[in-house]
Amino acid sequence: MSVIYLLMPLAFALGGAAVWAFVRATRAGQFDDLETPAHRILHDDEPSPPDA
Amino acid sequence: MSLAAATTASQGREHDCAHCGLPVPPGLVDADASEQFCCNGCRIVRATIESCGLGQYYGMRTDEAATPAKPTGRAYVELDDRAFLERHAPAVRTTVRAIELVLEGVHCSACVWLLEKLPRVLSGVVEARLDMRRSTLRVTWDERAVPLSKIARTLDSFGYRPHVGRDPEVRSIRQREDRRLLVHIGVAGAGAGNVMLLAFALYGGYFHGIEGEYARLFRWTSLVISLVVLLWPGSMFLRGAWAALRTRSAHLDLPISIGLVAGTIAGTINTVLDRGEIYFDSLTGLVFLLLVGRFVQRRLERRAADSVELLFSLTPAFARLRRGDEVCEVPVDSLTPDDLVEVRPGESFPADGVVGDGTSSVNLALLTGESRPQSVGEGDRVFAGAVNLAGVLLVRITASGRATRVGKLLSLVEECSRRRAPIVQLADRMAGWFTVIATGLFAATLVFWLFVEPGHAVDRAVSLLIVSCPCGLGLATPFAVSVALGRAARQKILIKGGDVLEKLARKSKTAPILFLDKTGTLTEDRLSVVDFREAPEGAPAHVRAWVAALEKQASHPIAQAFALEAAADAPATLHRAHATGVEGTVAAHALLVGSRDFIRSRTRTVTTPGWAEEASHQMSAQALTPVWIAVDGRLVAVAGVGGKIRSDARATIADLSRRGVQVAILSGDHPATVKAVGAALGLGEASCHGGLSPEDKVRAVEAAAKGGAPVFMVGDGVNDAAALSAATVGIAVHGGAEASLSAADIYLGRSGLGPVSEVFDGAERTLSVIRRCLAVSLAYNVLAAGLAITGVVNALQAAVLMPAASFTVLGMALWLRSFAKEAA
Repeated sequence: MSVIYLLMPLAFALGGAAVWAFVRATRAGQFDDLETPAHRILHDDEPSPPDA
Repeated sequence: MSLAAATTASQGREHDCAHCGLPVPPGLVDADASEQFCCNGCRIVRATIESCGLGQYYGMRTDEAATPAKPTGRAYVELDDRAFLERHAPAVRTTVRAIELVLEGVHCSACVWLLEKLPRVLSGVVEARLDMRRSTLRVTWDERAVPLSKIARTLDSFGYRPHVGRDPEVRSIRQREDRRLLVHIGVAGAGAGNVMLLAFALYGGYFHGIEGEYARLFRWTSLVISLVVLLWPGSMFLRGAWAALRTRSAHLDLPISIGLVAGTIAGTINTVLDRGEIYFDSLTGLVFLLLVGRFVQRRLERRAADSVELLFSLTPAFARLRRGDEVCEVPVDSLTPDDLVEVRPGESFPADGVVGDGTSSVNLALLTGESRPQSVGEGDRVFAGAVNLAGVLLVRITASGRATRVGKLLSLVEECSRRRAPIVQLADRMAGWFTVIATGLFAATLVFWLFVEPGHAVDRAVSLLIVSCPCGLGLATPFAVSVALGRAARQKILIKGGDVLEKLARKSKTAPILFLDKTGTLTEDRLSVVDFREAPEGAPAHVRAWVAALEKQASHPIAQAFALEAAADAPATLHRAHATGVEGTVAAHALLVGSRDFIRSRTRTVTTPGWAEEASHQMSAQALTPVWIAVDGRLVAVAGVGGKIRSDARATIADLSRRGVQVAILSGDHPATVKAVGAALGLGEASCHGGLSPEDKVRAVEAAAKGGAPVFMVGDGVNDAAALSAATVGIAVHGGAEASLSAADIYLGRSGLGPVSEVFDGAERTLSVIRRCLAVSLAYNVLAAGLAITGVVNALQAAVLMPAASFTVLGMALWLRSFAKEAA
């Protein structure tokens, strides 16, 4: 049996997982706002309080 | 501060406001302070932000607010209403709720930082997340620890006035639609990519040979993936086609679906019988590209609609209800006739009513188009949406909600927009022809080859259907339109839909007609001193500066017109401000500024000079309010205050006439005034219509439309809203009322009329881009169909030809110029 019978299901399983992850992320609203996160990443974190 | 110091300061450099970055008016520059403010609002906001320990904000900004902050100091108690919270703020956990608040004044990344620090400023706020594109803050808070009204007050004190978004249900439906389309794109993209990979293997085998076993494996795998793509994301086109068939209307989905279905059936049969071509790579690629086109267009249309919604803030959502001696804020919806409400200067009336106590003047411009303020006293009727200008009024309500005059106008708007016929877009009209020609050719090819070479008849006929699938047509329109909408938005012209561009640019047999509103559209909505006439015997040299110094302390809009006019730095004491005038001392002179009757009642001069009466008459004829100015008991000047004609109005009208558009004015103002304005703009008396009610405007628009010509309406007020929605295309100008914004198809976010010409230019260029794209895509289709009929084209050539057509069209749509690229 050719290796293609092993590789193709494997490839489709990986691809299917990616599609599933994308669908889940979209439905959870991760692609609703594509603008603000680009700004948010630039803000420094709060310095953590010394006694914490 | 001395006069000399002020002069040196203003000579030194222009001062920018330390909060909003706008230039500080010379009269407000404080030479001793390190930070200058353009208004008290900005001063308060900066102090508040710094007192919360968030002063870093000012260092982080990349872009200034460019609008002065106006904290309202409202209590927002109506937000704590149980019923309101249940409807707008669903509970996340037992006592934790989340709400989306639309904020005014969000402009750059420092705003994200500042607003998301809300949990630090207010304990009880769990989280605050800002969506910059929609200017929407999602606040999650614990209602036991902090009431929503307090959160709203904090946002207000930071200079971001919060509003409650319109309808949470509409938004969630839209959100679901957007997400579904994105899921479809993802699935179609993944499917198309995988089928493409399998197709490479098959094409490789076509040239170099492939074992039958593997060819069958790849073909069956392609079949399975393609069926998923066609039945899940592709169902959108099938449903569209089915709807078009049922209603017997032309729609682009129809020829697309014919191509998709024919290809799928033929491909499936060929896979099962293990012979001939499968078309799955082309079909899945087509579904993916078409979905992307629709997504991009929808996103830009949504963006325009969202931005317009942000401007919804003119009608008050709350009212100050007077119960006994107490005043409390209540939602407007809860008002009933006979309630007593208090309306402060600068606020608009929440409902129709009769003045119970107090005197003031009101601006009815939004309702009637009448630009001059009208004085009201006890017993006078006032209307929802009108603005109270001078004093506090106590109003007994006679009608609220939909029963008010504004409410009735709004139902008229809805009725007009329902009556308006949608246009069949160019691409859809072409699609009708496409379907007829493609199916006709299909039948002819089938019959012809059945006689000549029966073995290849079905194959050739099907490949004809597939190559003639109008993918270029389906791609050209959405991409050209979305490029145009995006560029227009950068020019601050918000266009709510792609079809609007086509309506604007479509050629018609009769000349298109454009109606302009006068008040707020042709003239500025802010009052200014347009005319100033001094007494024949002369006036003191600094009289305008003196008046400015005095009027700066009054809140009446006519007073504001004077205050903005000159550097007001003379020491002034305001003794008394009435609804019709002010009295004070400036530079040791007694000053009286006000209406004719106000001056006459306060000076001993019984006879009034003839020149003043004459000047007043002339000003009244031009829709200006005459304001008399007396110094030390002697009348020295008469000023005409009114809306100035916009500087670009004349040039725009000339430009539109050159395009062959008939321009006319529809106004609620007095006919003589309208004619005077029309004459100043080079319009004949026949095209200046004055004294029109909102219903008259609708009738004028509909009568003009009867002739078959497209009718465009440009306006700003509630009184224009119905006409805007009745017109072929309604354009709302900068600063318009909420009702007119929602009724109009286009909103001009820059002041002035110049953008109107740009809109016409852009629409014409966009349509010519679409036409060129269609021509190219048609040429490809004709070429490919010819090759398919004769049987010259094989599967590989068809596979190369089709994406080549799509990408040429795509490139053209993206690179051809529609609206100018950057703001001028």
